[in-house]
Amino acid sequence: MNIINEMKLEFLSRSANEALARSAVSQFAAQLDPTLEELGDIKTSVSEAVTNAVVHAYPDKLGQVLLRARILEGGILEVTVRDKGVGIEDIGQARSPLYTTGGEERSGMGFTIMESFMDTLRVRSAPGRGTTVAMRKRVMPRLLR
Amino acid sequence: MRVNWELRGNRLFLYLSGELDHHAAHQALVEVSAALDEHMPLHCVLDMSGLTFMDSSGIAVVLGTYRRLKSYGGELVVARAPNHAAKLLTMAGVDRIVPIGAVVQK
Ligand SMILES: Nc1ncnc2c1ncn2[C@@H]1O[C@H](COP(=O)(O)OP(=O)(O)OP(=O)(O)O)[C@@H](O)[C@H]1O
Ligand SMILES: [Mg+2]
Repeated sequence: MNIINEMKLEFLSRSANEALARSAVSQFAAQLDPTLEELGDIKTSVSEAVTNAVVHAYPDKLGQVLLRARILEGGILEVTVRDKGVGIEDIGQARSPLYTTGGEERSGMGFTIMESFMDTLRVRSAPGRGTTVAMRKRVMPRLLR
Repeated sequence: MRVNWELRGNRLFLYLSGELDHHAAHQALVEVSAALDEHMPLHCVLDMSGLTFMDSSGIAVVLGTYRRLKSYGGELVVARAPNHAAKLLTMAGVDRIVPIGAVVQK
């Protein structure tokens, strides 16, 4: 699929960068002319993926988080969030609703929210090596709405 | 993220405003808990109308507030949740233990 546009952002896994990440993607996605609801879904999904890298990937240290956003042919937004943290043993279990290793401060809904707000979600992970989350959403052209 | 509160009779109104994400959630729960511990209200209304953003971290804040109230027999309702926040709370099944978006009695 042809890449129309691309941007990358690299930051430390500090929680203060969660807002930066979602607003950067939101401004990037604006060129697709999304509705406010679509933009909200995109911002929330980015927030979930980045928060997971901040909270779970690097539990007691700071690490690198890589965010890439692309606009693909056909009005598709693709967002990839990658970390080099602890990784996930069982991805199927991690993706199931309400499953969390985060205790009372988490609700185990992050992956479920990404799945429901975006069209596709792919998760690749290797214990000790890190995790990559890639999601796509097609933004309808205004004329077709 | 801001937490404001107001006591009316035995009802404590908590007003959340701004962006409720992971970065903000911890402090939000600290402030909510402080207000609850001070007043020990039997009824608490969590007014979310001022939120401009919420992700899954907000779900844990609502559940944390619910647990703290429940520990001494208090009751929680969520009021005026923006569509987006209501959708997330419902997705997590929170609406089965906390009424969402109930009309606020003035
Ligand atoms: N980047 C990551 N690195 C390591 N583990 C991860 C990562 N992302 C998710 N996980 C694991 O998958 C579980 C489920 O993630 P999910 O985002 O669905 O829920 P949560 O983060 O636990 O809670 P919530 O997102 O509702 O705050 C996490 O508890 C964690 O164990
Ligand atoms: Mg999460």
